[in-house]
Amino acid sequence: MTFSPGLEARFENFLAKYPADRKRSAMIPMLIYAQDEVGSMTDELVEEVARRVGVTPLQVNEVLTYYSMLHRKPMGKYHVQICTNISCLLVGGEELWNKASHKLGIGHKEVTADGRVSLEEVECIGACSWAPAIQVNYDFYHDVTMAQLEKLIDGLAAGKRPEEISELVKVNP
Amino acid sequence: MLYNKPDPLEVRILSRRFGMPDSHSIGTYLATDGYKALEKALGMTPEEIINEVKASGLRGRGGAGFPTGLKWSFVPKQSSKPKYIMVNADESEPGTCKDRLLIEYDPHQMIEGILIAGLAVGAQQGYIYIRGEYRYLIDIVDRAIDEAYARGYLGDNILGRGVKFHLSTHSGAGAYECGEESALLESFEGKRGIPRIRPPFPAVAGAYESPTVLNNVETFCSVPAIILNGGAYFAGLGTPKNGGTRLFCLSGHINKPGVYELPMGFNLMRMINEVGGGMRNGKKLKAVIPGGSSCPVLKADECDLAMDFDTLSAAKSMLGSGGVVVMDEDTCMVKAALRIMRFYAHESCGWCIPCREGTAWLRKLLTRFHEGMGQRTDIVLIGELARNMLGRTFCPLGDAAALPTISIVEKFEEEFEAHLNGEPCPYDKSSRLVAA
Repeated sequence: MTFSPGLEARFENFLAKYPADRKRSAMIPMLIYAQDEVGSMTDELVEEVARRVGVTPLQVNEVLTYYSMLHRKPMGKYHVQICTNISCLLVGGEELWNKASHKLGIGHKEVTADGRVSLEEVECIGACSWAPAIQVNYDFYHDVTMAQLEKLIDGLAAGKRPEEISELVKVNP
Repeated sequence: MLYNKPDPLEVRILSRRFGMPDSHSIGTYLATDGYKALEKALGMTPEEIINEVKASGLRGRGGAGFPTGLKWSFVPKQSSKPKYIMVNADESEPGTCKDRLLIEYDPHQMIEGILIAGLAVGAQQGYIYIRGEYRYLIDIVDRAIDEAYARGYLGDNILGRGVKFHLSTHSGAGAYECGEESALLESFEGKRGIPRIRPPFPAVAGAYESPTVLNNVETFCSVPAIILNGGAYFAGLGTPKNGGTRLFCLSGHINKPGVYELPMGFNLMRMINEVGGGMRNGKKLKAVIPGGSSCPVLKADECDLAMDFDTLSAAKSMLGSGGVVVMDEDTCMVKAALRIMRFYAHESCGWCIPCREGTAWLRKLLTRFHEGMGQRTDIVLIGELARNMLGRTFCPLGDAAALPTISIVEKFEEEFEAHLNGEPCPYDKSSRLVAA
């Protein structure tokens, strides 16, 4: 299996971080970064990572099923993660989730037919003081209002990129 | 960009660089006393460093509140295996969002704390386990680590003093349980995040069965100020046995939610009314989760207390991770209990049966209750089920699920009764059970 030069360099860096007889430590970082490029935990990816860290594909499978961010099926190009845990719940996170789900006609960890947008009702993402909060892929959006969420969902569904939707601006650098 | 305005009541020790231009860069760090504590520590013996940390009264900021200096002293001095420093940056406790800021705005403060811990226990390698959702922070820390190597603060011969220390980031991939120390170590080794039975504790057998110091981000971030200014200075900021300041994350129904650095022992009502700007829309306070969702809730009339580990413990709750979640009079406590239980049921790793089954059954019972299908006997059953989880699991997740549930059932029984007789939630007009 071949990866982009950037990902190959990253893998090399990961494998060098840990003691020579502990390459298995690189498995989860390799999988989560590979997911950005491969899309999901394909059999081919599992076998490749297993080979590189020196375990069996079964051992990789048994690990990856544990972690909520490692997807067996590809998520959408824009994976919209809406927190409904306690701090977000108190200030409207659940309403945002319901609205997004109804608008797109998809549920938890489902993808729109065109593969553009997927939804996930996530547990606490560490933005409690700026709730309700969402993540689109790895970007954070704080203090999200219903109007902003509707613009985001409509925009993404209509083919826009998040940065083209001016109503909502990511907060992380 | 700061996510919330600082408050004049704050005592900014760990957060003093927040808001400075390029506060994450080594240039800003060095211009504001950065790495001076490391230089001082290089002239101290390991015992002197540990004694200074002990004198500071610093207690673990991840939630358990274990004295940090004592934890470090458990690492054997002589070891045939390499020793490790492990940083828990898997911040996932609902209500908690402070480590994110400490890493985003001031990664070098954390790195300096890690280095000093390395000197104290004789470790030459550290890893920072960062939750997968915090991808952008991994990039920030990687850049900071590169800067530290370039300036000689990391490497085989730190500042020409013959001391070696190497540091790397490590990405998680989504699992609350991996914030628990032994599950974190399993995950770090490339396994499912399942807790280990203890003893042995990580200080003796942690990463790769080697002696390991494992602390929360904020704990390491407190160390440079302790070494630079002295343990007594840090201790004096807080209350007896609760040294220093900590970052409290205020969230929920208040006017100015935000992360604020306040002295240990700061009064909770003042935190809500003065720092947090009071309740939103003039509503009355109903309940507070004082330190993340694992803590028993406090009723409004129990909130006039000092926010330190011992006072909260005496009030039969916990200071936890600093996540203060404020709930007003319109909050449905059954729904709050249900949402918290859904979280624990989702995050239970399934290793211990009381937790795996207990959280799943409690979720079902609370769901049924919130939808108006509960029975009076269920109120007792919920409490009984939760109590039977206590102390019967390898890690604290079982207790973390049970404790808030027990407290809500005990303190808000009348709200459970209001959901009886087929009535849907009296607080939530939109909630109606849809018959399948």
